[in-house]
Amino acid sequence: MLTITSIKKGIVIDHIKAGTGIKIFHNLNLDKADYKVALIMNVPSKKMGKKDIIKIENEIDIDYAVLGLIDPNITVNIIEDEKITEKRNLQLPERVINIIKCKNPRCITSVEKYINHEFYLSNKSKGEYRCIYCDEVYSVQEN
Amino acid sequence: MAKMPIIDFHKLMMVFLLGGDKMLKGRHLLDPSDFSIEELSEIFDLADSIINDPVSFSEKCKGKILATLFYEPSTRTRFSFEAAMLRLGGQVIGFSEPNSSSVAKGESIADTIRTIACYADIAVMRNPKEGAPRIASMYSSIPVINAGDGGHQHPTQTLTDLLTIRSVKNSLENLTVGCCGDLKFGRTIHSLIKALGRYKNNSFILISPKELKVPEYILNEVLIKNNIQFKQVEKLEDVISQLDILYMTRVQRERFFNEEDYIRLKDSYILDNEKMKNARQDMIVLHPLPRVNEISYEIDNDPRAFYFKQAKYGMFVRMALIMKLLGVD
Repeated sequence: MLTITSIKKGIVIDHIKAGTGIKIFHNLNLDKADYKVALIMNVPSKKMGKKDIIKIENEIDIDYAVLGLIDPNITVNIIEDEKITEKRNLQLPERVINIIKCKNPRCITSVEKYINHEFYLSNKSKGEYRCIYCDEVYSVQEN
Repeated sequence: MAKMPIIDFHKLMMVFLLGGDKMLKGRHLLDPSDFSIEELSEIFDLADSIINDPVSFSEKCKGKILATLFYEPSTRTRFSFEAAMLRLGGQVIGFSEPNSSSVAKGESIADTIRTIACYADIAVMRNPKEGAPRIASMYSSIPVINAGDGGHQHPTQTLTDLLTIRSVKNSLENLTVGCCGDLKFGRTIHSLIKALGRYKNNSFILISPKELKVPEYILNEVLIKNNIQFKQVEKLEDVISQLDILYMTRVQRERFFNEEDYIRLKDSYILDNEKMKNARQDMIVLHPLPRVNEISYEIDNDPRAFYFKQAKYGMFVRMALIMKLLGVD
Protein backbone atom coordinates (compact mmCIF):
# COMPACT_ATOMS: atom_id res chain seq x y z
CA MET A 1 0.00 0.00 0.00
CA LEU A 2 1.37 3.37 -1.03
CA THR A 3 1.18 5.82 1.86
CA ILE A 4 1.15 9.59 1.55
CA THR A 5 1.03 11.37 4.86
CA SER A 6 -1.66 13.91 5.55
CA ILE A 7 -0.76 17.56 5.32
CA LYS A 8 -0.88 20.04 8.18
CA LYS A 9 -1.74 23.13 6.25
CA GLY A 10 -2.45 23.52 2.58
CA ILE A 11 -4.78 22.36 -0.17
CA VAL A 12 -6.08 18.99 -1.26
CA ILE A 13 -7.52 18.83 -4.75
CA ASP A 14 -9.77 15.79 -4.73
CA HIS A 15 -12.06 13.90 -7.09
CA ILE A 16 -9.89 14.59 -10.09
CA LYS A 17 -10.88 12.36 -13.01
CA ALA A 18 -8.24 9.59 -13.18
CA GLY A 19 -5.55 10.49 -15.68
CA THR A 20 -6.10 14.26 -15.67
CA GLY A 21 -4.16 14.94 -12.45
CA ILE A 22 -0.96 15.41 -14.41
CA LYS A 23 -2.65 18.05 -16.58
CA ILE A 24 -3.68 20.05 -13.52
CA PHE A 25 -0.22 19.55 -12.02
CA HIS A 26 1.33 21.25 -15.05
CA ASN A 27 -1.36 23.93 -15.46
CA LEU A 28 -0.85 25.04 -11.85
CA ASN A 29 2.92 25.06 -12.46
CA LEU A 30 3.41 22.64 -9.58
CA ASP A 31 6.38 21.07 -11.35
CA LYS A 32 8.27 24.26 -10.48
CA ALA A 33 7.11 24.37 -6.84
CA ASP A 34 9.67 24.61 -4.04
CA TYR A 35 7.22 23.28 -1.43
CA LYS A 36 5.90 19.76 -0.85
CA VAL A 37 3.51 18.54 -3.52
CA ALA A 38 2.11 15.04 -4.08
CA LEU A 39 0.32 13.83 -7.17
CA ILE A 40 -1.42 10.56 -6.43
CA MET A 41 -2.87 8.73 -9.38
CA ASN A 42 -5.49 6.01 -9.71
CA VAL A 43 -6.68 6.12 -6.10
CA PRO A 44 -9.67 3.78 -5.57
CA SER A 45 -12.90 5.76 -5.23
CA LYS A 46 -16.42 4.55 -4.41
CA LYS A 47 -17.97 7.32 -6.45
CA MET A 48 -15.60 7.40 -9.40
CA GLY A 49 -13.99 3.98 -9.46
CA LYS A 50 -10.55 5.60 -9.79
CA LYS A 51 -9.49 9.17 -9.16
CA ASP A 52 -6.40 11.36 -8.89
CA ILE A 53 -5.55 13.56 -5.90
CA ILE A 54 -3.10 16.44 -5.54
CA LYS A 55 -1.86 17.49 -2.09
CA ILE A 56 -0.07 20.80 -1.70
CA GLU A 57 1.55 21.68 1.60
CA ASN A 58 1.60 25.42 1.34
CA GLU A 59 -0.68 28.43 1.35
CA ILE A 60 -0.83 29.01 -2.34
CA ASP A 61 -3.20 31.05 -4.36
CA ILE A 62 -4.61 28.47 -6.72
CA ASP A 63 -5.89 29.43 -10.16
CA TYR A 64 -9.45 28.17 -9.67
CA ALA A 65 -10.29 29.15 -13.24
CA VAL A 66 -7.93 26.50 -14.56
CA LEU A 67 -9.36 23.85 -12.27
CA GLY A 68 -12.95 24.74 -13.13
CA LEU A 69 -12.15 24.54 -16.80
CA ILE A 70 -10.44 21.16 -16.62
CA ASP A 71 -13.18 19.63 -14.51
CA PRO A 72 -15.81 21.60 -12.55
CA ASN A 73 -16.59 18.44 -10.51
CA ILE A 74 -13.23 18.61 -8.74
CA THR A 75 -13.38 19.48 -5.05
CA VAL A 76 -10.84 21.70 -3.36
CA ASN A 77 -10.33 21.25 0.37
CA ILE A 78 -8.52 23.86 2.42
CA ILE A 79 -6.59 22.25 5.28
CA GLU A 80 -5.55 23.80 8.55
CA ASP A 81 -4.23 21.85 11.56
CA GLU A 82 -4.69 18.66 9.52
CA LYS A 83 -8.45 19.32 9.25
CA ILE A 84 -10.62 20.43 6.37
CA THR A 85 -11.71 23.96 7.20
CA GLU A 86 -13.32 24.81 3.88
CA LYS A 87 -14.60 23.01 0.79
CA ARG A 88 -14.68 25.07 -2.36
CA ASN A 89 -16.94 24.37 -5.30
CA LEU A 90 -15.55 25.19 -8.68
CA GLN A 91 -17.26 27.09 -11.44
CA LEU A 92 -16.54 27.62 -15.08
CA PRO A 93 -14.72 30.93 -15.49
CA GLU A 94 -16.31 33.62 -17.68
CA ARG A 95 -13.04 34.25 -19.55
CA VAL A 96 -10.14 31.93 -20.26
CA ILE A 97 -6.84 33.29 -21.49
CA ASN A 98 -4.02 31.13 -22.86
CA ILE A 99 -5.23 27.90 -21.27
CA ILE A 100 -7.02 26.41 -24.24
CA LYS A 101 -6.07 26.95 -27.86
CA CYS A 102 -8.39 27.56 -30.80
CA LYS A 103 -8.47 24.52 -33.08
CA ASN A 104 -10.06 26.30 -36.05
CA PRO A 105 -7.39 26.29 -38.80
CA ARG A 106 -9.02 29.36 -40.35
CA CYS A 107 -8.75 31.34 -37.08
CA ILE A 108 -6.36 34.27 -37.09
CA THR A 109 -4.69 32.84 -33.95
CA SER A 110 -3.20 30.14 -36.21
CA VAL A 111 -1.17 32.82 -37.99
CA GLU A 112 -0.58 35.73 -35.61
CA LYS A 113 1.44 34.06 -32.88
CA TYR A 114 1.82 37.05 -30.55
CA ILE A 115 -1.82 37.24 -29.50
CA ASN A 116 -3.55 35.60 -26.55
CA HIS A 117 -5.83 32.64 -27.13
CA GLU A 118 -8.95 33.93 -25.44
CA PHE A 119 -12.34 32.28 -24.94
CA TYR A 120 -15.60 33.41 -23.33
CA LEU A 121 -18.21 31.20 -21.67
CA SER A 122 -21.05 31.03 -24.20
CA ASN A 123 -23.21 28.25 -22.72
CA LYS A 124 -22.78 27.53 -19.03
CA SER A 125 -25.07 24.49 -18.85
CA LYS A 126 -23.37 22.81 -21.80
CA GLY A 127 -19.90 23.94 -20.69
CA GLU A 128 -19.23 25.65 -24.02
CA TYR A 129 -16.73 28.37 -24.72
CA ARG A 130 -16.22 30.39 -27.89
CA CYS A 131 -13.03 31.87 -29.30
CA ILE A 132 -13.29 35.68 -29.14
CA TYR A 133 -11.79 35.94 -32.63
CA CYS A 134 -13.58 33.32 -34.74
CA ASP A 135 -16.41 32.03 -32.45
CA GLU A 136 -15.16 28.43 -32.71
CA VAL A 137 -16.74 26.34 -29.95
CA TYR A 138 -14.65 24.60 -27.29
CA SER A 139 -16.60 22.08 -25.23
CA VAL A 140 -15.32 21.30 -21.73
CA GLN A 141 -17.11 17.94 -21.78
CA GLU A 142 -15.44 16.80 -24.99
CA ASN A 143 -11.91 17.74 -23.92
CA MET B 1 -8.15 91.12 -14.09
CA ALA B 2 -8.82 87.90 -15.88
CA LYS B 3 -12.36 87.38 -17.02
CA MET B 4 -14.34 84.52 -15.52
CA PRO B 5 -15.17 81.94 -18.20
CA ILE B 6 -18.78 82.12 -19.27
CA ILE B 7 -20.54 78.78 -19.19
CA ASP B 8 -22.81 78.31 -22.17
CA PHE B 9 -25.61 76.29 -20.55
CA HIS B 10 -27.49 76.11 -23.82
CA LYS B 11 -24.50 74.48 -25.50
CA LEU B 12 -23.98 72.15 -22.56
CA MET B 13 -27.61 71.09 -22.71
CA MET B 14 -27.34 70.46 -26.46
CA VAL B 15 -24.24 68.31 -25.95
CA PHE B 16 -26.11 66.39 -23.26
CA LEU B 17 -29.21 65.97 -25.41
CA LEU B 18 -27.34 65.12 -28.59
CA GLY B 19 -24.73 63.00 -26.85
CA GLY B 20 -26.30 59.84 -28.21
CA ASP B 21 -25.69 61.02 -31.73
CA LYS B 22 -21.94 60.75 -31.16
CA MET B 23 -22.04 57.28 -29.63
CA LEU B 24 -20.74 55.70 -32.79
CA LYS B 25 -17.77 58.02 -33.17
CA GLY B 26 -14.48 56.14 -32.89
CA ARG B 27 -16.16 52.73 -32.64
CA HIS B 28 -15.27 49.61 -34.64
CA LEU B 29 -17.70 47.43 -36.58
CA LEU B 30 -16.62 43.80 -36.40
CA ASP B 31 -19.88 41.92 -35.88
CA PRO B 32 -23.39 43.03 -36.85
CA SER B 33 -24.44 42.78 -33.20
CA ASP B 34 -21.79 45.32 -32.12
CA PHE B 35 -24.38 48.05 -32.59
CA SER B 36 -27.67 48.36 -30.76
CA ILE B 37 -30.95 48.61 -32.66
CA GLU B 38 -31.01 52.35 -31.85
CA GLU B 39 -27.50 52.81 -33.22
CA LEU B 40 -28.42 50.91 -36.38
CA SER B 41 -31.43 53.19 -36.76
CA GLU B 42 -29.13 56.21 -36.54
CA ILE B 43 -27.07 54.82 -39.42
CA PHE B 44 -30.14 53.97 -41.50
CA ASP B 45 -31.70 57.40 -40.88
CA LEU B 46 -28.50 59.04 -42.08
CA ALA B 47 -28.39 56.70 -45.10
CA ASP B 48 -31.96 57.78 -45.94
CA SER B 49 -30.88 61.43 -45.84
CA ILE B 50 -27.96 60.66 -48.14
CA ILE B 51 -30.24 58.82 -50.58
CA ASN B 52 -32.63 61.79 -50.63
CA ASP B 53 -29.95 64.41 -51.22
CA PRO B 54 -26.53 62.91 -52.02
CA VAL B 55 -25.09 66.20 -53.29
CA SER B 56 -25.32 67.83 -49.88
CA PHE B 57 -23.03 65.09 -48.49
CA SER B 58 -20.41 65.31 -51.23
CA GLU B 59 -17.88 67.17 -49.09
CA LYS B 60 -18.64 65.78 -45.65
CA CYS B 61 -15.42 63.80 -45.48
CA LYS B 62 -13.17 66.27 -47.26
CA GLY B 63 -9.68 65.92 -45.85
CA LYS B 64 -10.35 62.46 -44.43
CA ILE B 65 -8.64 59.29 -45.63
CA LEU B 66 -10.03 55.76 -45.74
CA ALA B 67 -7.52 52.87 -45.80
CA THR B 68 -8.68 49.70 -47.53
CA LEU B 69 -6.67 46.71 -46.30
CA PHE B 70 -7.72 43.81 -48.51
CA TYR B 71 -5.79 40.63 -47.80
CA GLU B 72 -7.78 38.80 -50.45
CA PRO B 73 -9.40 40.08 -53.64
CA SER B 74 -12.93 41.46 -53.42
CA THR B 75 -13.73 43.99 -56.08
CA ARG B 76 -17.37 44.36 -55.09
CA THR B 77 -16.97 45.23 -51.41
CA ARG B 78 -13.80 47.25 -51.98
CA PHE B 79 -15.38 49.33 -54.75
CA SER B 80 -18.44 49.91 -52.59
CA PHE B 81 -16.30 51.30 -49.75
CA GLU B 82 -14.09 53.32 -52.08
CA ALA B 83 -17.08 54.76 -53.91
CA ALA B 84 -18.69 55.58 -50.54
CA MET B 85 -15.63 57.52 -49.35
CA LEU B 86 -15.11 59.28 -52.70
CA ARG B 87 -18.77 60.33 -52.80
CA LEU B 88 -18.29 61.89 -49.36
CA GLY B 89 -15.37 63.92 -50.69
CA GLY B 90 -12.75 61.85 -48.88
CA GLN B 91 -9.76 60.00 -50.27
CA VAL B 92 -8.69 56.38 -50.30
CA ILE B 93 -5.39 54.56 -49.83
CA GLY B 94 -4.74 50.83 -49.45
CA PHE B 95 -3.91 47.53 -51.04
CA SER B 96 -6.15 45.06 -52.80
CA GLU B 97 -4.03 41.96 -52.33
CA PRO B 98 -1.34 41.32 -49.75
CA ASN B 99 1.47 40.54 -52.19
CA SER B 100 1.69 44.21 -53.11
CA SER B 101 2.24 45.33 -49.51
CA SER B 102 4.50 44.91 -46.52
CA VAL B 103 2.27 42.01 -45.51
CA ALA B 104 4.18 39.95 -48.09
CA LYS B 105 7.30 40.59 -46.00
CA GLY B 106 5.60 38.97 -43.04
CA GLU B 107 4.35 42.05 -41.19
CA SER B 108 1.83 41.30 -38.44
CA ILE B 109 -1.68 42.72 -38.46
CA ALA B 110 -0.91 44.59 -35.24
CA ASP B 111 2.01 46.39 -36.89
CA THR B 112 0.21 47.03 -40.18
CA ILE B 113 -2.78 48.69 -38.50
CA ARG B 114 -0.62 50.80 -36.17
CA THR B 115 1.29 52.10 -39.16
CA ILE B 116 -1.81 52.71 -41.26
CA ALA B 117 -3.41 54.55 -38.33
CA CYS B 118 -0.63 57.15 -38.69
CA TYR B 119 -1.83 57.94 -42.22
CA ALA B 120 -5.57 57.29 -42.37
CA ASP B 121 -8.64 58.27 -40.34
CA ILE B 122 -10.56 55.01 -40.74
CA ALA B 123 -9.70 51.52 -41.99
CA VAL B 124 -11.61 48.75 -43.73
CA MET B 125 -10.21 45.23 -43.60
CA ARG B 126 -10.97 42.04 -45.47
CA ASN B 127 -8.95 38.99 -44.48
CA PRO B 128 -9.43 35.28 -45.20
CA LYS B 129 -8.55 34.49 -41.58
CA GLU B 130 -11.44 34.62 -39.14
CA GLY B 131 -11.04 37.23 -36.42
CA ALA B 132 -8.32 39.24 -38.19
CA PRO B 133 -10.26 42.54 -38.01
CA ARG B 134 -10.76 42.02 -34.27
CA ILE B 135 -7.01 41.88 -33.78
CA ALA B 136 -6.64 45.01 -35.89
CA SER B 137 -9.23 46.76 -33.70
CA MET B 138 -7.31 45.80 -30.56
CA TYR B 139 -4.21 47.63 -31.78
CA SER B 140 -5.84 50.45 -33.74
CA SER B 141 -6.32 54.07 -32.76
CA ILE B 142 -8.73 54.59 -35.68
CA PRO B 143 -12.09 52.86 -36.36
CA VAL B 144 -11.79 49.46 -38.04
CA ILE B 145 -14.58 48.06 -40.20
CA ASN B 146 -14.72 44.34 -40.92
CA ALA B 147 -15.31 43.88 -44.65
CA GLY B 148 -15.43 40.08 -44.37
CA ASP B 149 -13.24 37.68 -42.40
CA GLY B 150 -13.34 34.23 -43.98
CA GLY B 151 -16.60 32.44 -43.34
CA HIS B 152 -17.10 34.34 -40.11
CA GLN B 153 -18.67 37.81 -40.37
CA HIS B 154 -19.46 40.39 -43.03
CA PRO B 155 -21.34 43.07 -41.06
CA THR B 156 -21.64 45.71 -43.79
CA GLN B 157 -23.45 43.15 -45.97
CA THR B 158 -25.92 42.78 -43.11
CA LEU B 159 -26.27 46.56 -42.84
CA THR B 160 -26.88 46.63 -46.60
CA ASP B 161 -29.58 43.97 -46.31
CA LEU B 162 -31.29 45.73 -43.41
CA LEU B 163 -31.25 49.14 -45.10
CA THR B 164 -32.67 47.63 -48.30
CA ILE B 165 -35.48 45.89 -46.42
CA ARG B 166 -36.21 48.99 -44.32
CA SER B 167 -36.28 51.23 -47.37
CA VAL B 168 -38.53 48.98 -49.44
CA LYS B 169 -40.79 47.61 -46.68
CA ASN B 170 -40.71 50.74 -44.47
CA SER B 171 -40.08 48.49 -41.47
CA LEU B 172 -37.82 45.80 -40.10
CA GLU B 173 -40.64 44.16 -38.14
CA ASN B 174 -43.51 41.74 -38.84
CA LEU B 175 -41.82 40.15 -41.86
CA THR B 176 -41.83 36.60 -43.16
CA VAL B 177 -38.35 36.06 -44.51
CA GLY B 178 -37.46 33.17 -46.79
CA CYS B 179 -33.80 32.21 -46.89
CA CYS B 180 -33.07 29.92 -49.80
CA GLY B 181 -30.05 27.93 -50.92
CA ASP B 182 -26.88 27.12 -49.03
CA LEU B 183 -27.87 27.98 -45.46
CA LYS B 184 -25.06 25.98 -43.89
CA PHE B 185 -21.99 27.78 -45.16
CA GLY B 186 -23.58 31.12 -46.07
CA ARG B 187 -22.36 33.64 -43.49
CA THR B 188 -24.64 36.28 -45.08
CA ILE B 189 -27.68 34.22 -44.12
CA HIS B 190 -26.44 33.57 -40.57
CA SER B 191 -25.87 37.28 -39.98
CA LEU B 192 -29.20 38.21 -41.53
CA ILE B 193 -31.12 35.77 -39.30
CA LYS B 194 -29.30 37.10 -36.22
CA ALA B 195 -29.91 40.72 -37.24
CA LEU B 196 -33.59 40.42 -38.22
CA GLY B 197 -34.20 38.21 -35.20
CA ARG B 198 -33.57 41.28 -33.01
CA TYR B 199 -36.63 43.02 -34.42
CA LYS B 200 -40.21 42.30 -33.38
CA ASN B 201 -42.36 39.57 -34.83
CA ASN B 202 -40.23 38.41 -37.75
CA SER B 203 -40.43 34.78 -38.82
CA PHE B 204 -38.20 32.69 -41.05
CA ILE B 205 -38.77 29.99 -43.63
CA LEU B 206 -35.49 28.22 -44.21
CA ILE B 207 -35.37 26.60 -47.63
CA SER B 208 -32.47 24.28 -48.32
CA PRO B 209 -31.47 20.69 -49.08
CA LYS B 210 -30.93 18.68 -45.90
CA GLU B 211 -27.16 18.76 -46.41
CA LEU B 212 -27.14 22.54 -46.34
CA LYS B 213 -29.50 23.34 -43.46
CA VAL B 214 -28.85 26.23 -41.09
CA PRO B 215 -26.29 25.12 -38.45
CA GLU B 216 -27.64 23.88 -35.13
CA TYR B 217 -26.15 26.78 -33.20
CA ILE B 218 -28.14 29.32 -35.22
CA LEU B 219 -31.32 27.34 -34.55
CA ASN B 220 -30.59 26.90 -30.84
CA GLU B 221 -28.84 30.12 -29.89
CA VAL B 222 -30.78 32.54 -32.10
CA LEU B 223 -34.17 31.19 -33.19
CA ILE B 224 -35.26 28.80 -30.43
CA LYS B 225 -33.65 30.79 -27.60
CA ASN B 226 -35.49 33.95 -28.63
CA ASN B 227 -38.80 32.27 -29.46
CA ILE B 228 -38.57 33.28 -33.10
CA GLN B 229 -40.91 31.37 -35.41
CA PHE B 230 -39.27 29.35 -38.15
CA LYS B 231 -39.73 26.29 -40.31
CA GLN B 232 -37.37 24.30 -42.47
CA VAL B 233 -38.45 23.10 -45.90
CA GLU B 234 -36.77 21.60 -48.95
CA LYS B 235 -38.61 23.25 -51.84
CA LEU B 236 -38.97 26.94 -52.64
CA GLU B 237 -42.14 26.44 -54.71
CA ASP B 238 -43.95 25.07 -51.63
CA VAL B 239 -43.58 28.29 -49.62
CA ILE B 240 -42.88 31.19 -51.98
CA SER B 241 -46.47 32.48 -51.70
CA GLN B 242 -46.00 33.10 -47.94
CA LEU B 243 -42.96 35.36 -48.16
CA ASP B 244 -42.42 39.11 -47.74
CA ILE B 245 -38.74 38.73 -48.56
CA LEU B 246 -36.91 36.05 -50.50
CA TYR B 247 -33.17 36.02 -49.86
CA MET B 248 -31.45 33.83 -52.43
CA THR B 249 -27.98 32.28 -52.16
CA ARG B 250 -26.14 29.91 -54.41
CA VAL B 251 -26.20 26.13 -54.00
CA GLN B 252 -23.01 24.53 -55.25
CA ARG B 253 -23.11 21.08 -56.74
CA GLU B 254 -20.04 19.96 -54.79
CA ARG B 255 -21.83 20.59 -51.49
CA PHE B 256 -24.21 17.69 -52.13
CA PHE B 257 -23.40 14.26 -50.77
CA ASN B 258 -24.90 12.42 -53.71
CA GLU B 259 -25.72 13.16 -57.32
CA GLU B 260 -29.28 11.82 -56.98
CA ASP B 261 -30.24 14.49 -54.43
CA TYR B 262 -28.61 17.19 -56.50
CA ILE B 263 -30.60 16.25 -59.60
CA ARG B 264 -33.82 15.95 -57.57
CA LEU B 265 -33.46 19.34 -55.89
CA LYS B 266 -31.33 21.58 -58.08
CA ASP B 267 -34.29 23.24 -59.82
CA SER B 268 -35.86 24.09 -56.47
CA TYR B 269 -33.08 26.55 -55.82
CA ILE B 270 -33.24 28.35 -59.13
CA LEU B 271 -35.66 31.25 -59.12
CA ASP B 272 -37.51 31.70 -62.41
CA ASN B 273 -40.71 33.30 -63.72
CA GLU B 274 -42.68 30.14 -63.12
CA LYS B 275 -41.96 30.21 -59.37
CA MET B 276 -42.43 33.98 -59.19
CA LYS B 277 -46.02 33.58 -60.44
CA ASN B 278 -46.97 32.29 -56.99
CA ALA B 279 -45.13 35.02 -55.08
CA ARG B 280 -46.91 38.06 -53.67
CA GLN B 281 -46.82 41.26 -55.68
CA ASP B 282 -45.03 43.04 -52.82
CA MET B 283 -42.46 40.32 -52.14
CA ILE B 284 -38.88 41.40 -52.82
CA VAL B 285 -36.00 39.25 -54.02
CA LEU B 286 -32.59 39.91 -52.50
CA HIS B 287 -29.17 38.36 -53.18
CA PRO B 288 -25.71 39.32 -51.85
CA LEU B 289 -24.22 38.94 -55.38
CA PRO B 290 -22.37 37.74 -57.34
CA ARG B 291 -25.08 35.53 -58.77
CA VAL B 292 -24.23 32.47 -60.83
CA ASN B 293 -27.37 30.66 -61.94
CA GLU B 294 -29.63 30.68 -58.87
CA ILE B 295 -31.67 33.60 -60.18
CA SER B 296 -32.67 33.29 -63.79
CA TYR B 297 -31.92 36.39 -65.91
CA GLU B 298 -35.60 36.58 -66.84
CA ILE B 299 -36.30 37.76 -63.26
CA ASP B 300 -34.09 40.86 -63.63
CA ASN B 301 -36.91 42.88 -65.18
CA ASP B 302 -39.45 41.84 -62.56
CA PRO B 303 -40.18 44.86 -60.32
CA ARG B 304 -39.74 42.57 -57.31
CA ALA B 305 -36.05 41.95 -58.17
CA PHE B 306 -34.07 44.19 -55.82
CA TYR B 307 -30.57 42.68 -55.88
CA PHE B 308 -28.94 45.42 -57.95
CA LYS B 309 -30.69 48.17 -56.00
CA GLN B 310 -29.46 46.32 -52.91
CA ALA B 311 -25.87 46.88 -54.09
CA LYS B 312 -26.60 50.61 -54.33
CA TYR B 313 -28.08 50.64 -50.83
CA GLY B 314 -24.81 48.98 -49.80
CA MET B 315 -22.86 52.01 -50.91
CA PHE B 316 -25.24 54.41 -49.15
CA VAL B 317 -25.13 52.50 -45.89
CA ARG B 318 -21.32 52.47 -46.05
CA MET B 319 -21.36 56.24 -46.58
CA ALA B 320 -23.52 56.63 -43.47
CA LEU B 321 -21.33 54.22 -41.51
CA ILE B 322 -18.12 56.04 -42.41
CA MET B 323 -19.64 59.37 -41.39
CA LYS B 324 -20.89 58.01 -38.07
CA LEU B 325 -17.63 56.29 -37.12
CA LEU B 326 -15.68 59.42 -38.01
CA GLY B 327 -18.15 61.57 -36.08
CA VAL B 328 -18.75 63.76 -39.12
CA ASP B 329 -22.00 65.76 -39.08
